[in-house]
Amino acid sequence: MDTRHDKVMTLEEAIRKYVKDGSHISIGGFTINRNPMAAVYEIIRQGVSGLHLYAHSNGQGADELIGGGCVSRMDIAYGGSGKYAATCIRFRKAVQEGTIRVEDYSNFQMTLRFMAGAMGIPFLPAVSALGTDLVNIWGFSEEMRRKDSSLPKRKMVVIDNPFEGWLDTPKVVLVPAIRTDVTILHVQKADRQGTGRILGLTFADIEQAKSAKHLILTCEELVDTEVLRVNPDQNNIPFIHVDAVVHVPHGAYPTACYRYYDYDPIFLWAYAEYAKDDQRYREYLQEMIYGTRSHGEFIALNGGMERLEQIEADLEKGYAVNLDRG
Amino acid sequence: MVEYTLREMMTIVAAREIKNGDIVFCGTGISMLAAMAAKNINAPESIMLFETGAIDGKLDEIPLAVADSRTMYLTSTNGGLLDAFMTMQNPITGAHVIGILGAAQIDIYGNINTTVIGDYFKPNIRFPGSGGGCDVASVVKRCILFMQQEKKRFTKRLDYLTSPGYLKGGNTRREAGLREGGPTVVITDMAVFRFDEISKEMYLSGYYSGISTQKILENMEFSVDVTRAIEVTPPTAYELEILREKCDPQRLIL
Repeated sequence: MDTRHDKVMTLEEAIRKYVKDGSHISIGGFTINRNPMAAVYEIIRQGVSGLHLYAHSNGQGADELIGGGCVSRMDIAYGGSGKYAATCIRFRKAVQEGTIRVEDYSNFQMTLRFMAGAMGIPFLPAVSALGTDLVNIWGFSEEMRRKDSSLPKRKMVVIDNPFEGWLDTPKVVLVPAIRTDVTILHVQKADRQGTGRILGLTFADIEQAKSAKHLILTCEELVDTEVLRVNPDQNNIPFIHVDAVVHVPHGAYPTACYRYYDYDPIFLWAYAEYAKDDQRYREYLQEMIYGTRSHGEFIALNGGMERLEQIEADLEKGYAVNLDRG
Repeated sequence: MVEYTLREMMTIVAAREIKNGDIVFCGTGISMLAAMAAKNINAPESIMLFETGAIDGKLDEIPLAVADSRTMYLTSTNGGLLDAFMTMQNPITGAHVIGILGAAQIDIYGNINTTVIGDYFKPNIRFPGSGGGCDVASVVKRCILFMQQEKKRFTKRLDYLTSPGYLKGGNTRREAGLREGGPTVVITDMAVFRFDEISKEMYLSGYYSGISTQKILENMEFSVDVTRAIEVTPPTAYELEILREKCDPQRLIL
């Protein structure tokens, strides 16, 4: 939340200012689409650690934050990157080796939790998960929750419908609101003040945006306010929520950005190979992330302009037609 | 005789479960392909819904994730997760939704595990988790489950119950407060299973050509009734042609 007129800053500044060790954060996008990857790489570069990450289905972005050693806890519904990693590889390793702690929810529950945070209420009811281990097994124990004021005291709570069966519903599952310290979204268009326009599916980005104390927008195009206000019905992020605007072309790369570019199959397959092997993954981090100063340099190491041309979106279809994705 | 793979068989068997007017909630991989096959073969008026919020798009190319930009092309609306899950959870529209899910483990009551193998706190294998799977399984009327027919997957006891089937059988699903519904069919690379109306236990309803009930039972940890089983009609030449040429010409899933 910030009502200033000009919030444009560099990515380095925005991450340094808002993403601290131990911050509770969420990132936009879903699996291999519109994750704020430039910001993810900058967080890794700055060596941020101890993050509590809230994800419904962040695939690539979450996996790289975990692989980069930035995350210690996460609330998650789904850790996968489509065909390229049915289960995100560094996520799987970290959970199996016990280097991160996880709390599992469903996608709808996570969305409702962001929604509750956005609405400023402590919880919302769901009807999913009755009788399942999502309800029964708590990744974060009661004791851990009691000691840490940044966590809700319970994972979820089943109660009888207080309206006594109204709408044929005997029981509901209450899920606690999420309030992040900072949420980072990559959007197609934004102005300097922070009005944002997402094209295509919004996933849970809008709820995430409004449940955050601070919101960073990275954008493909930084446009004049007058331009966005000609068709305001197409804008979905009001500037009042936004704290920082960063112009990062290809800021979602290697994930997709509808109507701008596709995901990069060559990178995603190569990443899966690095991710399987600790030594190769260290080399990947060293060479491609710590060894670069910006997202542009990162892309240059991954095929540069030639690769970007291959994944450029068809203007009508919104994705790269006939891209070799196997 | 027409040659086909088991994967093609599974896809076509699932597609046949989908009727005109169904809203198909599909995930990635084979479930998406089954929905595409249904739309192109037997249920042209079925509707594809992705949990990411895309409704009734035109899939010119196969999406490799439910968030793939290919799901967004020529849709009725491109919304978000809330839109998709509201469509499912609201009984007015939800009554028409058929879910398609896959899992690492299944039990005799069609409860599934997509979270961990081993102990939750120190898993031998971590899987992606519920995603929208638990939501689908909790609220929709009908559900297709895809499984590999393996002993370790058809287990007496799940390591983690991610998404509800009929819980402990009988009326326990309703007693837990869940909506009526639950899995209607389990499709594997050997057989098709359904659930008894009263006990809600899984039974063998069909086996594929050349596969004995004995072999199927050997690939399950629990035993099921096999007396109702008949041979499943193999895919026709027409079904295969549409599946291969129209649905997955790049062979990304098949």
